[in-house]
Amino acid sequence: MFNPTPTELEALSLSLKVAAWSVAITLPFGLFTAWILARKRFYGHALLNGIVYLPLVLPPVVIGFFLLAMFGRQGPAGAFLYDTLGITVAFTWQGAAIAAAIMAFPLMVRAIRLSFENVDPKLEAAARTLGASPLRVFYSITLPLISPGILAGIILAFARSLGEFGATITFVSNIPGETSTLPLAIFSLIQTPGGDAGALRLVILSIALALAALLLSEYLAYKAKLKVEG
Amino acid sequence: MLELNLTHRFQEFQINLAFKAKQGSITSLFGRSGTGKTSIINMIAGIVTPDTGMIKVGEDVLFDSAKGINLPPEKRKLGYVFQDCRLFPHLDVRRNLLYGSKAAQNGKKITFDHVVDVLGVHTLLERKPANLSGGEKQRVAIGRALLSQPRLLLMDEPLASIDIQLRSEILPYIEDLRDTFGLTVIYVSHSIDEVIRLSDKMVLISNGIKQAEGNVEEIMSRLDLHSLTGRFNAGAVLSTTVESYDVDYDLTGLAFKGGTLRVTGVNLTKGTSIRAHILARDVSLMLHRPVGTSILNVFEGTIIEVADEGGPQLDLKIDIGTPLIARITRKSFNDLDLAVSKNIFTMIKAVAIDRRSLGRSALD
Repeated sequence: MFNPTPTELEALSLSLKVAAWSVAITLPFGLFTAWILARKRFYGHALLNGIVYLPLVLPPVVIGFFLLAMFGRQGPAGAFLYDTLGITVAFTWQGAAIAAAIMAFPLMVRAIRLSFENVDPKLEAAARTLGASPLRVFYSITLPLISPGILAGIILAFARSLGEFGATITFVSNIPGETSTLPLAIFSLIQTPGGDAGALRLVILSIALALAALLLSEYLAYKAKLKVEG
Repeated sequence: MLELNLTHRFQEFQINLAFKAKQGSITSLFGRSGTGKTSIINMIAGIVTPDTGMIKVGEDVLFDSAKGINLPPEKRKLGYVFQDCRLFPHLDVRRNLLYGSKAAQNGKKITFDHVVDVLGVHTLLERKPANLSGGEKQRVAIGRALLSQPRLLLMDEPLASIDIQLRSEILPYIEDLRDTFGLTVIYVSHSIDEVIRLSDKMVLISNGIKQAEGNVEEIMSRLDLHSLTGRFNAGAVLSTTVESYDVDYDLTGLAFKGGTLRVTGVNLTKGTSIRAHILARDVSLMLHRPVGTSILNVFEGTIIEVADEGGPQLDLKIDIGTPLIARITRKSFNDLDLAVSKNIFTMIKAVAIDRRSLGRSALD
């Protein structure tokens, strides 16, 4: 019962890889977008805000369809990538990571943006009067103070990526060993006669993974809070 | 040393101000809350950009709207002690103190050990700001500003959030900053007691506009400014020098232009310059030299000005070698038949003089 098959293990490692890459993609963009949304006021602020949160409210299938249209071999972005770099993302695990990243992006931005808004700009002004350049203020004051928010953003994005289904299956299909992450593999097993035991194993694995991630995040958040608040 | 000339329009009012501050002295910006004092030092610090004007420290131009010069705060080399301390919550006291010293280049005239010693914060170095009391936070904030090796120290109501007990503990530190580090201090406050105690010079601000500027003695002796300096605590400020000390009675003689003022319990070195605030309501008047009185301080003088605003009380300015202000009832004023240029004896109870209000003046 508790001996997963190689296919199931493959689904697990693929899921972890896709989720890790998804976080790696969303983190720099998320940090930058959160900073812009929290600190800058400009024409089109509301529009940018809307676009960033769109994946949260749209059916994931719509995002998947959009990605397919953009990144498919015939799509403008897909054709460009293929012609210049020889890369295909549709129907590959890289595509799965992109789909997961887009779905996780709003969660990442939201968590970091809230922590940006909680940093008192007066502390940053104080650091400036002490001779620190804006760059030094950012990494020595702002970044440490928002680190709990960044951590929360990472965990949320990771968890969301692990669970991504709709956009992934629409964009990159369900190919074992390439795009068949845990939820997709579970879906396949349920559809297969006699796949119940395998499905159950993967479900238990998913639960264990989610629980571990949550516990780790709680612990890290506690450590970060301790560091910030003393 | 500091020289500025600023205009800036806010929604509610306009700031229009010019003043100078001397090297190694404490200059106070005094005015009620909401008169633009904090905005003014934010402009000096470079946190707020004024509409027009000029700010200069020595020969160094920090801001000049005509020439398009506007140095960012980190290039101005000024220390700023904020009303709310603004210690960095994620750094311990030691790293807070040292935050500004990394960028400081102009020699390390002010050393870490010296600051820690003067401010008495050795036991706090490993603590986080969240575990400090209000007074401790304020001392760390002062130390942090000092260790950035500033040319000028800006202090925005540093005592406002501290209880009265601690205030009298921190006030001497601020005098020490001027005297031991030769620092020029710009001190913002709405407490006339603090201003009298600390300042060598004060700039009186109302609605963003300078109403008067001069040394504390001058400003406080002006009857027409009482509505701005506060009626309740109105009273002349005498510049004095410690002259003698009577051990038996714990009485100190403070020499001033009109004689010797005797006060209790000020054991300071002879020659120290002291400002004494004599509240107008603690001064009484007699037509003839009093005999058989418990009052130690009797000075003869001439009435030079009467401020009559129609109420039951009047303020009188009396020249006793230096201006002194007395507040008396209209009844006494009429009964004694007082008028300008009349000769009079003034009496000040030695015990009425608040020892804590006695501030050291800048060394010349």
